[in-house]
Amino acid sequence: MRANGDSAAAIWVREHACEWQALAADSAAAAQRSRATVEEAVRTLRAYRILLRHLATVRELMPGGVLAGILERTCAQLHAAVNRPPRLTRARWASLFRDDIPAAAASVRVLTLWLAALLVASALAGWWLINTYPQLVSLIASPRMIDGVEHGHLWTYQILSIAPPAMLSARIVENNVMVVLAAFCFGILFGLGAFYIVAFNGLNIGGLLAFTHQHGLGLQLLKFTLAHGFVELSVICLAAAAGTALGESVIRPRCATRAESLRRRAAELAPLLLACALLLLGSGLIEGFISPHPAITIPERLAIGLGYWTVMLLWLSGRLRIRRTRARSAQMRPAESRQ
Amino acid sequence: MTEETLSVKSLTGVEMTLPIAGPGTRSYGFLTDWLIRLLGALIWLLVASLLRLAPGIAGRPVAHTVWVAGIVLALITYFLYQPVAEILTKGCTPGLRTAEARIVTLEGMTPGIGALVIRNVFRLIDCLPVFYVVGLVTCMLTPRRVRLGDIVAGTVMVRTDAGAGAGLDRLAAQARRTRLPVEALALVHDLLERWSMLEEAQRIRLARAVLTKLDAGFAACDTDLDGPALRARLEGLLEG
Repeated sequence: MRANGDSAAAIWVREHACEWQALAADSAAAAQRSRATVEEAVRTLRAYRILLRHLATVRELMPGGVLAGILERTCAQLHAAVNRPPRLTRARWASLFRDDIPAAAASVRVLTLWLAALLVASALAGWWLINTYPQLVSLIASPRMIDGVEHGHLWTYQILSIAPPAMLSARIVENNVMVVLAAFCFGILFGLGAFYIVAFNGLNIGGLLAFTHQHGLGLQLLKFTLAHGFVELSVICLAAAAGTALGESVIRPRCATRAESLRRRAAELAPLLLACALLLLGSGLIEGFISPHPAITIPERLAIGLGYWTVMLLWLSGRLRIRRTRARSAQMRPAESRQ
Repeated sequence: MTEETLSVKSLTGVEMTLPIAGPGTRSYGFLTDWLIRLLGALIWLLVASLLRLAPGIAGRPVAHTVWVAGIVLALITYFLYQPVAEILTKGCTPGLRTAEARIVTLEGMTPGIGALVIRNVFRLIDCLPVFYVVGLVTCMLTPRRVRLGDIVAGTVMVRTDAGAGAGLDRLAAQARRTRLPVEALALVHDLLERWSMLEEAQRIRLARAVLTKLDAGFAACDTDLDGPALRARLEGLLEG
């Protein structure tokens, strides 16, 4: 149908109106869909390409018009629908755990060691401080904790006698995850935030050890922390190192802009946050169920703590992956030789 | 200097512009989501407190466990709602949908899980010292109106038009039916789309001006027609 006074542009629009009606239905469905079959995906891609081509034509024929605006909005909707990241398949998860996480950990290995050194140094400083000036313990411990220790009881057992282990584990994990996320996020302040969190934790640990040692409870505190402490402290250092790496990417950008450099580094380090959360989940469970158990001896605690720490080191250094790859290649060899 | 739109290049090279959501749209979306998660957390607490008082549980040690479990579940709902909702809805949470906004990458694409997790992790800084002051200030100062989490994750919040497909369908149908020239059709369509946003006096003035030009049977001196009647007349034009 041609109306009187129609320009060439208008004729073109009327000719394509029917096609747009079909494509509009496709685009609306694509935007709503969370999963698509191959046929649906191909149809959406076709609609996307056709509408983009028509958008370019409409802009040429009727610049700044309503039709161009509507076509542009439809194309933008389809653009987001077409450019979706792939679903996390089992292979992607496996690659995340075997490749991405060890790669991210390797990229911050040196920083992690430096931060571990900072943690040890600040723990020693905390020990010295409380040993020399015992009255300063009120800066790092609550009056209830101080009172308990002075009466020969560790605060850890006071908490445990109130809450059931599962609830306690959940609260411990939540608290630890918050510390780790803070160490990561505040690293963006040129690494200073991460340094602060590590040094603060080190001072606390050293100071509390010195305080409990003065009241004959040092060994008891050590016994409590042996099973979960290795991984927990390592994860704090790891997250702080990742945060410091973020800060470094702002100070010494590797890309054209600081924002781009920060974005790239954050994307590289994101898998490490997942690793930290999972490791903290494990250490939280140990802290809730194993650490308070009076029947578990020191050697057993040490074995659990060092065993878990070794698994962590093997995972983060990519050794677990090498073993599996070797096993797979050993399976592959006979098949290859048969060919 | 703030940017009003985000220019993105499509796969075929045609450029598109997406309107960037400002602090108002962001706050509206966030507050809606906040109300949803607050409600979710309160429901857990309500269920736990009712269970605690239930016969067989009240007064026994298990009542304390039920209460602590309720608190833990409420905290999980409250703190994990935002990242989980963003991941499940691919950057378009119920709150953002209400505010007609969504999260996209700088290339206008749907963000991945990593980017969504990172932008949520950085809420720790954005919410400081209280009521998202850091996030709001960053949002007002940055050209793309993004908070710190968005800068790190490489995401932007853009305004969406959920009815774009339907709008195209309507316009195409009208283009096929009407006898009006396409340029006039676009004009009438635009006026009808904005009808509810215009003031009564303004839309009557515009409708009269358009009808005088396009509708031969419309008498400009006919001052009796009110807003709904003029709208019906304009819709009649589109129907041919």
